[in-house]
Amino acid sequence: MTVTAVNDRLKNLFVEVLELPEDVDVESLKYRDISQWDSLGHMSLVAAIEDEFGVQLDTEQVIGMSSFKVALDMLKDMGVND
Amino acid sequence: MTEVDSSLTGRVVVVTGGTRGIGRATADLLASSGATVVVTGRDEGAAVKAAAEIAEAHAVPTMGTGFDVADFAAVSEAFKTIAKEQGRIDGLVANAGVLEDALVGMITPELVERMLSTNVAGTIATVQAAGRVMMRKRSGSIVVLASIVGEHGSAGQTAYAASKAAVATVARSAAKELGPRGIRVNAVAPGLIDTAMIAHLPQELIEDRVAHTSLRRLGTPADVAKAIRFLISDESAFITGQVLGVDGGLVL
Repeated sequence: MTVTAVNDRLKNLFVEVLELPEDVDVESLKYRDISQWDSLGHMSLVAAIEDEFGVQLDTEQVIGMSSFKVALDMLKDMGVND
Repeated sequence: MTEVDSSLTGRVVVVTGGTRGIGRATADLLASSGATVVVTGRDEGAAVKAAAEIAEAHAVPTMGTGFDVADFAAVSEAFKTIAKEQGRIDGLVANAGVLEDALVGMITPELVERMLSTNVAGTIATVQAAGRVMMRKRSGSIVVLASIVGEHGSAGQTAYAASKAAVATVARSAAKELGPRGIRVNAVAPGLIDTAMIAHLPQELIEDRVAHTSLRRLGTPADVAKAIRFLISDESAFITGQVLGVDGGLVL
């Protein structure tokens, strides 16, 4: 799996979990930018990311996941990149 | 033929402070209903021993692990390990707690810190850690241990009562937040229960409390365990955010 594949899987996850319209620019999305990504949506995202990528996020990572890009970098840092 | 109650077969339930008292009675009762029980305690050896005894007595898988609920990082790590090894967490009994009496005027900051860090922060840490695992399956039941003194107050127990009032509020608030994710959160509020925690009380005080209890006896750990089993099981599928008194009608 390539980094791009991880990027696409993460994008799909955001769209699915936050029920985003197709025209939303997911890659530039930040926490609380849109009403769907509120604190409850955030916890749903965390659970979905943990399931999809087989990882477990620390509390600090949950709190620090402030944008799509941060989430992607976090997954790369955790070794989800091949 | 004896009817076997298997209503919790296949469910994984974590019981903090499960090595003795109400926690141990609850762990035993849940196991007797078929649950896979994870016993936790500050003393790893005692937790592992209790888990082995429960497994032998009820022929169910068990697990024992040691950590201090007041240590957020340790709680987080422990629940990651439990989730990894068991594959799921269906129930949490956040039972771990400490009790120290002190009259107003003799309450030290250290005593307050001990009550709050274990009873309040510890309960929040375990609810949070278990809740995150339960969210993935969008189901689960959490029971926290409040107390009748948290609901009505008790002379000599200002710090402890305050901590237990906070625990009841944890249940009410977490129930609101986790309900949409299929997770129920309730509290039980025991009255005077015959455990090591009340061994220090003068006999006259215990007799006075029993006299003020409608059912005219002390509660047993099994009395509380049965209420907890009800709240963990699907028997209480539409109950959340409640504080259930298990006190025999005690009036403080």
